[in-house]
Amino acid sequence: MHKTKNQMNIQITRYYYGDIPEDKGGGGSQKITITPAVSEAGDWPLWEVFIRSKQGIDHKHVGSLHAADAQMAIENARDVYTRRMEGVSIWVVESKYIHASNPDEAASLYEPANDKVYRHPTFYDLPDELTHM
Amino acid sequence: MSVQELEKIFQSKIEQEIKIEPKDWMPDAYRKTLIRQISQHAHSEIVGMLPEGNWISRAPSLKRKAILLAKVQDEAGHGLYLYSATETLGTTREQTINDLHNGKAKYSSIFNYPTITWADIGAIGWLVDGAAILNQVMLCRTSYGPYARAMVRICKEESFHQRQGFDILLVLSKGTPEQKAMCQDAINRWWWPSLMMFGPHDSESTHSEQSTQWKIKRMSNDELRQKFVDMIAEQIKVLNMTLPDPKLKWNEQTGHYDFGEIDWTEFWNVVKGNGPCNKQRLEARRKAWQDGAWVREAASVYAEKRKARQQKEKQIA
Repeated sequence: MHKTKNQMNIQITRYYYGDIPEDKGGGGSQKITITPAVSEAGDWPLWEVFIRSKQGIDHKHVGSLHAADAQMAIENARDVYTRRMEGVSIWVVESKYIHASNPDEAASLYEPANDKVYRHPTFYDLPDELTHM
Repeated sequence: MSVQELEKIFQSKIEQEIKIEPKDWMPDAYRKTLIRQISQHAHSEIVGMLPEGNWISRAPSLKRKAILLAKVQDEAGHGLYLYSATETLGTTREQTINDLHNGKAKYSSIFNYPTITWADIGAIGWLVDGAAILNQVMLCRTSYGPYARAMVRICKEESFHQRQGFDILLVLSKGTPEQKAMCQDAINRWWWPSLMMFGPHDSESTHSEQSTQWKIKRMSNDELRQKFVDMIAEQIKVLNMTLPDPKLKWNEQTGHYDFGEIDWTEFWNVVKGNGPCNKQRLEARRKAWQDGAWVREAASVYAEKRKARQQKEKQIA
């Protein structure tokens, strides 16, 4: 099925192949059945992915994905997060095993660090002639 | 703390450019807006694979085939980054996919147009990805952390897409008279739908105002569209082709290109499901989901089997 178009006396052919607009006879009013995406047998859990970009650098959280088990999670993480050599090592951990601090409690959780400015080197006002320190 | 107080803290974070993270308190409407927008964005990446996938087996050379495969694979990856970001808002992957399959969720209307010549693949890369990039660069600074991070990742990969598209058209533009005509024909068909990608005029856009206040959106539809026109009107000169708009003209006063009015009847028609390929696209997605059922099942069963075997080996050892 094709259509030719006249343009400055040059013939080009538009091939409809599989991508046929409905007004050209494709698509149409076939009956469709919807299979809802429901939790199927052994629903794939969510995994968090961590990538080490090169030797000597920490693994860094890059995102998450679904996989049936750890090996599949690593293989999927390779395809999704390292298509351009972004990694030399992959960690995956099932999301349910990640425990996070509560942002609502941040104020009290980090309070102990608030009044200890002496932990920072800038706290110490030393003479200018002191070098290499 | 009362909701009013929480909302005040939330809005003050937004104003201070502090990103909102998944476990932070956020207004329900903010969450809902993000779920709608990010999932719609994810669906666009996935449905966007269909018009291009149409040409993988028909690409004119092995090199072009390999490049197109890599590009379409990237789109799948982009879809996944965004589905993951949607899940951080407390919705499930199943629900998100169901919303697409039963027509409740939308995706970018641009993918309801057919790819009928090889030049269309070039035009999609240059114009469609070009338009998407402007939107996505803006979204790298969106207020929701996981969405912004997904966008940074996507933008890094997206510029290859636009360049490969331009490269396809550049080769055609220097080719035989038929190839040149094919190049111009594709540009003519994709230009207006690309402009429509930025959405309705600011005055007509229903979600814009609130989204701007929440810094989900950081530039208006019309601002982004103007930026796109200014960019493409210059780039097309390199191709020695024209854009199908007699009103397109450099305006010395504004420092921008003036351009003609979009056919909004067509725009709303395609949004409402009556574009050239709307039905086909959804059918293809539903079919892919159904045809993939055995793969999902097999992977689960195999994972079970592997686990059982490992446990057995442990017991022996």
